[in-house]
Amino acid sequence: MEIALLFLPLIASITSGFLGKFLGDRNSEIITSVFVSISAILSLVLFYSVIVNGYESNVVVAKWINSGTLDVNWSIKVDALSSLMLVVVTLVSALVHIYSIGYMSHDPHKPRFMAYLSLFTFSMLTLVTSDNFLQLFFGWEGVGLCSYFLIGFWFKKDSANAAAIKAFVVNRVGDFGFALGIFLIFYLFGTVNYSDVFNQIPQIVDKNLSFLGFDVKAVDLICILLFIGAMGKSAQIFLHTWLPDAMEGPTPVSALIHAATMVTAGVFLVVRCSPIFEYSPLTLNLITVVGMTTAFFAATVALVQTDIKKIIAYSTCSQLGYMFFAAGVGAYNVAMFHLFTHAFFKALLFLGSGSVIHSFKDEQDINQMGGVYKKLPYTYIFMIIGTLALTGFPFLSGFYSKDAIIEFAYLKGNTTGYYAAGVGILTAVLTSIYSWRLIFKTFHGEYNNKKIDIKEIHESPLIMLLPLFVLAIGAIFVGFLFRDLFIGHGEDNIFWGNSIKFLNPLSTEHPPLWLLLTTPVLVLISIPIAYYLFVKEKSVPYQIVQSNKPMYNFLINKWYFDELYEVLFIQSSKKIGLFFWKVIDVKIIDKFGPDGVSLLIKNLSLKASKFQSGFIYQYAFMILLGFSALLTFLILN
Amino acid sequence: MNFPILSSLILLPLIGSLFLLFSKDKNSNTGKYVALFTSFVNFLISLYLWYQFDPTTSSFQFVEDREWLKGFVNYKVGVDGISILFIVLTSLITPLCIISVNNTVKYRLRDFLIAILIMECLMIGVFCSLDLVIFYLFFEAGLIPMFLIIGIWGGTRRVYSAFKFFLYTLLGSVLMLIAIISIYWISGTTDITQLYEIGIDTKYQNLLWLAFFSSFAVKTPMWPVHTWLPDAHVEAPTAGSVLLAAILLKMAGYGFIRFSLGLFPVASELFTPLVYVLSLIAIVYTSLVALMQEEMKKLIAYSSVAHMGFVTLGIFTITQQGIEGSIVQMISHGLVSAALFLCVGVVYDRMHSRLIATYGGLVSVMPKYSILFMLFTLAALGLPGTSGFIGEFLILTGAFKDNFLVAVIASLGVIFGAAYMLWLYRRVVFGEVINKDLLKMPDLDNSEKFILWCLAIPVLFFGFYPEPIINTIEISVKDLIEMYNFNLNMYMPEVIN
Repeated sequence: MEIALLFLPLIASITSGFLGKFLGDRNSEIITSVFVSISAILSLVLFYSVIVNGYESNVVVAKWINSGTLDVNWSIKVDALSSLMLVVVTLVSALVHIYSIGYMSHDPHKPRFMAYLSLFTFSMLTLVTSDNFLQLFFGWEGVGLCSYFLIGFWFKKDSANAAAIKAFVVNRVGDFGFALGIFLIFYLFGTVNYSDVFNQIPQIVDKNLSFLGFDVKAVDLICILLFIGAMGKSAQIFLHTWLPDAMEGPTPVSALIHAATMVTAGVFLVVRCSPIFEYSPLTLNLITVVGMTTAFFAATVALVQTDIKKIIAYSTCSQLGYMFFAAGVGAYNVAMFHLFTHAFFKALLFLGSGSVIHSFKDEQDINQMGGVYKKLPYTYIFMIIGTLALTGFPFLSGFYSKDAIIEFAYLKGNTTGYYAAGVGILTAVLTSIYSWRLIFKTFHGEYNNKKIDIKEIHESPLIMLLPLFVLAIGAIFVGFLFRDLFIGHGEDNIFWGNSIKFLNPLSTEHPPLWLLLTTPVLVLISIPIAYYLFVKEKSVPYQIVQSNKPMYNFLINKWYFDELYEVLFIQSSKKIGLFFWKVIDVKIIDKFGPDGVSLLIKNLSLKASKFQSGFIYQYAFMILLGFSALLTFLILN
Repeated sequence: MNFPILSSLILLPLIGSLFLLFSKDKNSNTGKYVALFTSFVNFLISLYLWYQFDPTTSSFQFVEDREWLKGFVNYKVGVDGISILFIVLTSLITPLCIISVNNTVKYRLRDFLIAILIMECLMIGVFCSLDLVIFYLFFEAGLIPMFLIIGIWGGTRRVYSAFKFFLYTLLGSVLMLIAIISIYWISGTTDITQLYEIGIDTKYQNLLWLAFFSSFAVKTPMWPVHTWLPDAHVEAPTAGSVLLAAILLKMAGYGFIRFSLGLFPVASELFTPLVYVLSLIAIVYTSLVALMQEEMKKLIAYSSVAHMGFVTLGIFTITQQGIEGSIVQMISHGLVSAALFLCVGVVYDRMHSRLIATYGGLVSVMPKYSILFMLFTLAALGLPGTSGFIGEFLILTGAFKDNFLVAVIASLGVIFGAAYMLWLYRRVVFGEVINKDLLKMPDLDNSEKFILWCLAIPVLFFGFYPEPIINTIEISVKDLIEMYNFNLNMYMPEVIN
């Protein structure tokens, strides 16, 4: 069953990719959607048996690399953690496949698109079901590759190509850390298989390594390196710049890859390696800080963006920050819970925004929209549900997971924990404001689009609304349904089994009532505020912008990260490259090397040839000169 | 077993070229079929050789030992796990080169084919000689056909490039010749197996190592003696570039493993830091230079220098993973760089321009070409699932064992590699078609498709399942490292302890 689950998307991808021309567009779409749906059903079955029976398995498919002591297999490992990821990946993927049939209906390259989607699904599955770091890395790079293909899917757009390369290269920076982490693991343990590594961790806790003259604890170094990889993939601050640009890809891609699945791989990595991270409080604190900074940073930027997809992208970035700081305070299960609920409501928001963009004929600027809630009633309702879930409206899925994160941060009881809880609440308010801003500007107020007549705006086809419906159901209920299973306090909660390690059991205390109430109350209050600001009195935000121009510029330019990197890395690499080439290679090595030597020999031989003038008296003079020199030499001796 | 299989591998292309020499027609296709037939038979023989090869022992197999200069030099050939794959690689690449001449070589086709067949004979000779003098003869003789290929069939600056190539390589090898002669006077033999047993006196090792190094470093090429390579590649015809990148560069890597590590362990240990530094410079420096190139061939040439930097780094880690990784990387780079040069050749034949700026938007015009080019681009940047990853990963694992900082810096090359390869691909293949001439370009014809798939399949296969390669080389590498450490222990125990 595991093998079928894993390879169905691959078969679908190959079929659609290579035989798409013969099969025709519609057949490729059906084959990929059906295959991935079967995969989704299988994962649900698997997930069910994990919940009920505590099912675990590890299927070895084949040998991969076997060099010296390095012994790596292709394998499928199923436990609580991976079965949860399987459900998220295959379910969202199946829905996105179906949605794409409608969304891409005008695109001439449908089979190729579907092939990429299925290939992505396969790579993501190899990532989550790996039993060793190397296969994880394979999946890691595989999803990065598919992301590259899909971001640059509209290859004629220069901006899409640039975004695709940016995504790949920035991720490579993260991978650089990740790969070094794997080397270090292999160096220390002589293996890259999870179980062997995790078993040996307690023995090296006190081991120190000297790194660039510093003495660092080995386990800290491993964790930091792995975390750098996670930061790249999950778009955490400093390595986040690729995610907003990645919105150049078609919207279903953003929903699948840049919201629900691939970007959460970093969180998955940290949780999967909880048996290592638990021994490195230093890194856990670092993760908390990075996570909460990202959450806050992305939320502030999302406040002022006008591109509907970029707002949601920054929102994703921010929510990933939440997941990380949950992991950082040791609440790995809460991080996974938020990952799970987030997959539903964020995919819902993206696909909903895709439906809006589809209706507006590829317009993405929310200033060009407005007042269409009657025209797009279903999309409107689904977007509202998504927004409510995202902002943590009571009893929707985001409420359970996000508030749990803030609570656990608070309960952690140290400075970082309190600080994180504070930032978490603040960010929740910001989240609420920017999310409602999006809704109000898109659906309420006046109709602002000059190019398209409002009569032309029409609801999306059923095939696009159906996946939205399923996701909306998920966004409403999964929090409530799975809360006890994933983050329940009781002693009998054995769902996670051995897949997550807690060195110290999580606090089972209940946080104070005021904390429990703060977030929901603030979130609720911010809805009317947002309505007032973005529908009723539009002059107020304008005045705020006018009176805080530098602040506004700082936010609209996304804290100037892109500009900084452009100067710091891109331009300087180009300059150094040119210098190495034009100056060192051409002017120094070649000039003093082969060209210089040949020129020297040429000049010398030109001079030497002057002796052969053909005049006897010159030769005679030379002979005389030489003879007398020789005589002088002999006499003096 | 008594059938001289290695000699026939060496001689068959030579016989083929003799046939060509006596054929009258200088441009006919018959010549091409003769050449293709001989090289293809050679490929089959080399596969048979690999099939018959026993990977459980590190001793030389299929050995032939004949007297040549009485009491001085014997014609001795044989293979072990380290060398056999290079022979298979050579005999795979040669027929592909011959197929590719269809579109590239416009005049004196017969002579070109003769040059290529002689190259094959010499390159196979290099990889299976078990005598230093024989090795030197093959190694040096290879220069001449390559010099002619660049100098006769090359581009506009072909003479300059050919001479640069010749001067550089010759200068290095003169020193190697002197070293080989001295080894004969020191040890009384030039037979490699005997030299492995008796070892070479430590007091001479440093100088001898440097002499061999100067030759191999130029051929690899290592920084700072790399500048001949971009020029040679740019001017060489496609088939020449392919042979140069795929096989010629590998002779040096092979030489490092066979001779520098095998014969001079003490000196190798001493000079390891030097090799590390030069390799790291090669990786980072040439990656940055590659980023800025405006010509496709130059870009790939510079990337070759970076990839070979990984190879030299891996070899001198003297670890199982490092050396195995280097061999895998050489095989992989042989396939991938050959394919990339062929990819450039495909568009060059159609547009007669190697400038990146000429192109753009090819994916709409040549979709099949774009897919294959993408595959090789990904293999070049070391994506898991391609053979490029296996090599780089093993090398870095080995390097990490030896020196943390070295591995960190080398890993930076992986980032740059992604940047320059993807940027090249984007500028050539993606975007709008701006140059209207491109619209007339036909997609890959059957022979081009055939050649590129012949290279693509092993790249993917060994990416997912490198076992056949690793299994072949494992024992030989292991015993080489054991011998190395044993010698080191004997001569300078303080290093080990």
